[in-house]
Amino acid sequence: MKNFGKYILFMISLLERREKFKTYFSLTINECIKIGYDSLFIVSIVSIFMGAVTTIQTAFNLVGPLIPDYVISLVVRDMTLLELSPTIIAIVFAGKVGSNIAGELGTMRITEQIDALEVMGVNSSSYLVLPKIIASLLMFPILVIISATLAIGGGYLAGVLTDVITGQEYIYGLRYEFNPFNIPFALVKSYVFAFIVASISSFQGYYTSGGALEVGKSSTNAVTNSCIAILIADYVLAQVLL
Amino acid sequence: MIEIKNISKSFKDKQVLFDISGKFEKGRTNLIIGASGTGKSVLLKCLVGLLEPDVGSVLFDGRDFSRANKKLTTEIRREIGMLFQGSALFDSKNVEENVKFPLDILTETPEKEKLEKVNHCLELVGLNKVNQKMPSELSGGMKKRVGIARAIVNDSKYLFCDEPNSGLDPLTAIKIDDLILELTQKLNTTTIVVTHDMNSVVEIGEYIMFLHEGKKLWEGNNKKILKTNIKELNEFVFSNKLMKKIK
Repeated sequence: MKNFGKYILFMISLLERREKFKTYFSLTINECIKIGYDSLFIVSIVSIFMGAVTTIQTAFNLVGPLIPDYVISLVVRDMTLLELSPTIIAIVFAGKVGSNIAGELGTMRITEQIDALEVMGVNSSSYLVLPKIIASLLMFPILVIISATLAIGGGYLAGVLTDVITGQEYIYGLRYEFNPFNIPFALVKSYVFAFIVASISSFQGYYTSGGALEVGKSSTNAVTNSCIAILIADYVLAQVLL
Repeated sequence: MIEIKNISKSFKDKQVLFDISGKFEKGRTNLIIGASGTGKSVLLKCLVGLLEPDVGSVLFDGRDFSRANKKLTTEIRREIGMLFQGSALFDSKNVEENVKFPLDILTETPEKEKLEKVNHCLELVGLNKVNQKMPSELSGGMKKRVGIARAIVNDSKYLFCDEPNSGLDPLTAIKIDDLILELTQKLNTTTIVVTHDMNSVVEIGEYIMFLHEGKKLWEGNNKKILKTNIKELNEFVFSNKLMKKIK
């Protein structure tokens, strides 16, 4: 509870004594490149294989004389939009971006770079963390959209290349009884998960004390705590919104 | 001038500083000396506001920093330049960006003027043609010089240096000491240096405060320090063979 209170105070401190808008703008653009563009490769690889594996496994488990083949792509579509793309990619995001944020801030703390900012009269938490959170909120939903597209594409390729399902049936299944609410639901999840990963990782990194060993611990804690928070938020959002 | 009155500081049950008072005059190099673990860096952190003293006050030209509101705290902090023990240069920025940073963040100075100022400060600390280098490409001494340039670029009235000689070879350490002394006189800053380096004490100690186990045990200058009879101070000053021979 003490840590949770400290986390809330940390979040409030981000909005105090802010610098000029111009300063945040350039920092946020840089963070968008680091957080979004640099994550594109790993997100793409994970998504394509996630869709491909879902297709093959669904086909293996569902195919029977009474179940039409298009059900495979229907399952891939709903699983991708509702769970796999927002949640699994959030876990990957926590591993890549979260550990990077915690490591970067932790190193800045132990090498007195954060103290240097404070001595200059700069609100270090706002200067360093706010752009990371804004960039995550801007980039992670885009990554989720890209991930969903690639996962469905990966499923198509795997299904067609292994003759599990024809291309036409796959497309038919994707359109069959589509619930448009699944898209805003996935986006709401992506915003919540982006905030969780960026804020928890920043908190862990910002309050690092000690040496290299503690920076490593902060990175590990950032990923572990972010993953736990993502899973809890995932359940709460499903319960509240579906 | 910076004045400290009855500063005490403790961490949990352990008291680190006991009722320390003193005056650090403008235009001279003021040294806080003592063995490792005597509370020098804690005192410095209390002075620059990174730590809050439990008791006592820190006055910057009469302005009480320890009880200042947010506006005054920011105002005073923007008059402070600090050289950290490990230089604390921003890894992601090159030398020019590091030195320019206080101007970027604290002023509305036009870009051309900022660059002129950066180059002037780099010249003052004896660095040329390193503007585009990253901190990882610099030697320890060069990092300290860049740190000093960053500390003075915003026309700081108060200059703080935490162990400026740590990790440097004796020749570079002397150069850094000379630079601090020269800048203090040239820019008329109130300079406070935390050190346990005896060369610095002898070379630039215009005012010296000696801390022992968190208490101020002695104050004076580099001439008086060699003639003192205080046992703890003598043990500190004449701890190496060379100093013993000098004595």
